[in-house]
Amino acid sequence: MQFSLGKIKPHVGWLALPFALVFFAYFVLPLVLTIIVSFWDYTDYAIIPDLIFDNYIYIFEGCLSNEGGLCLTFKTYLSTFFFCFFTWLITLVLGFCVAYFLAFYVNSIPLQVCLFLVCTIPFWTSNVIRMVSWIPLLGRNGLVNEFFLSLGIIDQPIEWLLYSSFSVILALVHLYTLFMIVPIFNSMIRIDRSIVEAAYDAGASHRQIIFNIIIPLSKTGIIIGSIFVVTVVMGDFLTIGIMGGQQLASVGKIINTEMNYLQFPGAAANAVILLIITIFIIYVMTKFIDIRKEL
Amino acid sequence: MKNQLLSRRQALKLSAGTVAATGLGLYAPAVISSDPITLRYLGTAVSMGDEVQKKLFEDTGLKVKFIAVTTDEVTKRVLTQPNSFDIVDTEYFSLPKLVPSGNILGMDTKRIKEWDNVTSIFTKGITPKGKKVGLQGTAPSKVMYLEGSTGKSFAGDVTQYATLIPTIYNADTLGIRPDLIGRPITSWAELLNPEFKGKAATLNIPSIGIMDAAMVVEAMGEYKYPDKGNMTKSEIDLTMKIFTEAKKSGQFRAFWTDFNESVNLMASGEVVIQSMWSPAITAVKSQGKDCIYQPLKEGYRAWAAGFALPKTTKGKKADAVYEFVNWYLSGWVGAYLNRQGYYSAVLPTAKQYMSEDEWGFWMEGKAAKGDIVSPTGAKLASAGEKRDGGSYEDRMGGVACWNATMDENKYMVRKWNEMVAA
Repeated sequence: MQFSLGKIKPHVGWLALPFALVFFAYFVLPLVLTIIVSFWDYTDYAIIPDLIFDNYIYIFEGCLSNEGGLCLTFKTYLSTFFFCFFTWLITLVLGFCVAYFLAFYVNSIPLQVCLFLVCTIPFWTSNVIRMVSWIPLLGRNGLVNEFFLSLGIIDQPIEWLLYSSFSVILALVHLYTLFMIVPIFNSMIRIDRSIVEAAYDAGASHRQIIFNIIIPLSKTGIIIGSIFVVTVVMGDFLTIGIMGGQQLASVGKIINTEMNYLQFPGAAANAVILLIITIFIIYVMTKFIDIRKEL
Repeated sequence: MKNQLLSRRQALKLSAGTVAATGLGLYAPAVISSDPITLRYLGTAVSMGDEVQKKLFEDTGLKVKFIAVTTDEVTKRVLTQPNSFDIVDTEYFSLPKLVPSGNILGMDTKRIKEWDNVTSIFTKGITPKGKKVGLQGTAPSKVMYLEGSTGKSFAGDVTQYATLIPTIYNADTLGIRPDLIGRPITSWAELLNPEFKGKAATLNIPSIGIMDAAMVVEAMGEYKYPDKGNMTKSEIDLTMKIFTEAKKSGQFRAFWTDFNESVNLMASGEVVIQSMWSPAITAVKSQGKDCIYQPLKEGYRAWAAGFALPKTTKGKKADAVYEFVNWYLSGWVGAYLNRQGYYSAVLPTAKQYMSEDEWGFWMEGKAAKGDIVSPTGAKLASAGEKRDGGSYEDRMGGVACWNATMDENKYMVRKWNEMVAA
């Protein structure tokens, strides 16, 4: 599996052309357009080609003076980072455990496939249906509250189960743990079992094996999974919107609202900033490993 | 819901052949020569079932193909892809964005048979019995006419060219769960009453949400707006400050953006008082939950929609659009809309298609004599019940403001986002 780009024979390079074209048409081109439009002017009903920085200035208006607390943009990013960090942390721990179990404790391949399918269950229903179905579970009169009430643990329904940061992170973890499991599992399955056995024979404890062997050797999977989760959560507005009762801020929601009100250049400017920040986060992550070498 | 519509539409295509065989021979009017014209109809299609298409084809030989999208998406499409549809059904409050673009033409009122019978709420801003309607916001009577068919600004006077031919409108208010509140609610101010802390909701659609917010602020006696539908920056600040404080203190259980979310919030009892739309009330009731579209003493927030002709529709297609609009106003659709709790633009023609009991219940605020059913056959009220808010005169006469596009729209959206982030 280990080869570098340099080893590909030159005359088969054209095989990459179809993908390069798709990549250009559906990724590079829209991105360039977004960047261009972010410098345009706009009214209620039209966007006007221009080269102005107003859209960017508008985003950071009031951010330097610090009057009346944090400005909208900083507050929104802080809230988005908050969701991003906790979702990342929890999906990482959960995803690592699940992948570890699948890779080292489940030995039959059919069973592994079967359990993988189980992990995809959250994606079997539409987003909206899944969101709506949290209400009967976590709501004021939902199953969880009724269960606790009947046991006498609480005498008032717990309000923060739904439409809170808790429910947002719960839903995000529920959705995106799979994105962690798959790459981590992929790394673990390629760890040479004899290394683990050798460590065991040399008297390493279970803990030492995990921290000194498994984790360093699954680093690629961990970073790739982290990139998936971070990029998806940074741009999310549906889950945060619905599970937060539309009362919690996210960058995605601001862009969505601006699009709905035909403020395309403003939305484009926000998107560019979001992109820069997300790319920076990914850049920092990839400093920990050389992905190309590890693959 | 949309999926259901689609599949029924597909079913209709199959049956169209048989309808054509029986229908065309009898009713085919002069415009239709050989092949039927299909009009691409851009709109939210909230009120349009397949019965409408079927009846249209029977009566005129015309077909429509619905392009069903959200209100915001309708505006976007008109501005960015004006050649992707033949007729558009849009709201009056979008007009300040649409008209300056020149993408829609004024409709020639001389070609609309029932134009003189269109309710005076649209043409003069008064109810049929002469009661003055609140005109704050983008009231239809303020944006009804264009100077010419290609005008890009609104006319001050009555002209031959209408921006939109009105189709459907209603008066919106707060929805409540009377069984969970247990006392009468009479004012918009109740939305921020600490008694309902954590059990209130409003919508996260800034342009409509701010109007409801303004109704509340005025009802609380905090401020009296010269025009709720066109606030100054300081008025927006004031309104949002009051709502931000309420939000921070935990007044709202949630905000909603999707019609179904509002139904779920109410039916599950998470929320007992909230901004709501009339079909959502019907949906909650159909789940066996008590729900009232509560009339309030400060009045209603109204909205209205109508048909416009894009500049790209010409010749035979344009003739067909006029024929379609004339058919739409000729009564059958009007009755169909009135039975869903909306109002139709030409009342006398709709009356001919409704029974005396239906007309009495929906339009005159009388107690029903028998069961009142929706166009799909669902029972909406039993004998003896009255409509929430009463008669057409009482409801439309009680309108305080209309959905609006403000001059300070950009600032308003930003302030709204700040409230959400607070």
